[in-house]
Amino acid sequence: MVGWVQMENANPVIFQRCRDRPLTASEEDEDLHLIRSINDPEHPLSLEELNVVEQVRVKVNDAESTVGVEFTPTIPHCSMATLIGLSIKVKLLRSLPDRFKIDVHITPGTHASEEAVNKQLADKERVAAALENSSLLEVVNQCLSSRNI
Amino acid sequence: MKETLTLLHRLSAHPDSRCWFVAWSPNGTLLASCGGDKAIRIWGREGDSWVCKSVLEDGHQRTVRKVAWSPCGNYLASASFDATTCIWKKNNEGFESLTVLEGHENEVKCVAWAPSGNLLATCSRDKSVWIWEVDEEDEYECVTVLNSHTQDVKHVAWHPTRELLASASYDNNICIYKEEDDDWECRATLEGHTSTVWSLCFDATGQRMASCSDDRTVKIWKEYPSESGDTSWKCVCTLSGYHGRTVYDVSWCPLTGALATACGDDAVRVFREDVTSNPEEPVFSLVAQVTKAHNQDVNCASWNPKEAGILASCSDNGELAIWRFKED
Repeated sequence: MVGWVQMENANPVIFQRCRDRPLTASEEDEDLHLIRSINDPEHPLSLEELNVVEQVRVKVNDAESTVGVEFTPTIPHCSMATLIGLSIKVKLLRSLPDRFKIDVHITPGTHASEEAVNKQLADKERVAAALENSSLLEVVNQCLSSRNI
Repeated sequence: MKETLTLLHRLSAHPDSRCWFVAWSPNGTLLASCGGDKAIRIWGREGDSWVCKSVLEDGHQRTVRKVAWSPCGNYLASASFDATTCIWKKNNEGFESLTVLEGHENEVKCVAWAPSGNLLATCSRDKSVWIWEVDEEDEYECVTVLNSHTQDVKHVAWHPTRELLASASYDNNICIYKEEDDDWECRATLEGHTSTVWSLCFDATGQRMASCSDDRTVKIWKEYPSESGDTSWKCVCTLSGYHGRTVYDVSWCPLTGALATACGDDAVRVFREDVTSNPEEPVFSLVAQVTKAHNQDVNCASWNPKEAGILASCSDNGELAIWRFKED
């Protein structure tokens, strides 16, 4: 089984945040806005700065109440991929109206355990059980806490 | 479609939480629900409405994932993410906690009573299925631990007449277990689903079984006798193209033969076998559906065992609903 938490990548490539760029009115932007500031579990950086999440990989269908997010782990063997995905999922679950179906996947071809991680993230029973685990919830909440830089 | 599903009641069973599962008592008069609020509620009819008769709290420290009534209707078993299974006994006032079954390493996902009432099966994220023997003094003893799955086990269900147990898993497979020479063993592994099998259900005769999966299909399996005496099951029908997301539950009505599904696309659907179809290659048609049965995922669908056409469903939004399926 793929665990939620383990570790690595000491020296990630850092990308520029879009914070200062003027936002358009589209909902894609708003949804990226929700997850761009999530902290990486291993680095004092946001997922956007690590290019883990990008606007083009957030798909919102308001009429069908679906949100799909693809995220790109910094390295293909990143053991934190499941935790990053879980943090993105939790952030969206907490922020979006209940009617939305939220699918979080790894960008195809960017992780060695892509299929296993995707399956774990899609299993709402496992996600529910993980969020009842107080130590894991604490790690997720740390990833979701706002930073002041 | 001439057949219809009509909403009879909608109840907020587990407010601000998820309602994971509902189970009808064997005589069809009570409905037990369980959820993310760690509680079990017992619902009964009063006049034209359904009211909460009992709340079973303090039994579990975490989500109650499933509940099961004993065949006599006097006991209730509850499976929880807290790694325990509670046995509750019905008394004059309500329910009392009788015993707590411990042993699984982590989340217990399902519990089921054998038709005799003497055996209980539990399954867990720890990949194992446990069979417990119940004696007359209400003592429970684990008689076997089965490790046939390679991933967490989502559901267990007993054959309606024989001591045959089926389990569904995250490893995409179904296992069938039988006791032989005092030894429980996996006698058949059913491969076919391409993702997690969430639930399964035998038909009234036990000759067929329906399974549902994250692969958005429902499969019908039929038992074939084999020379070795082992049980052999073949997939005779796959219902695909109907479900928009994960199918979380499937229920085969013992009275009418109608097949109901609960789906992550918020819908409740009812399928019927075409009477003219070949039993070796049965054809099932969608005969009724409510696309927005709930406004979130539907986790469970369950036919009333005594009143034909009465169906209960429950959802991530904490609601339970009771429907009437009417055929023309």
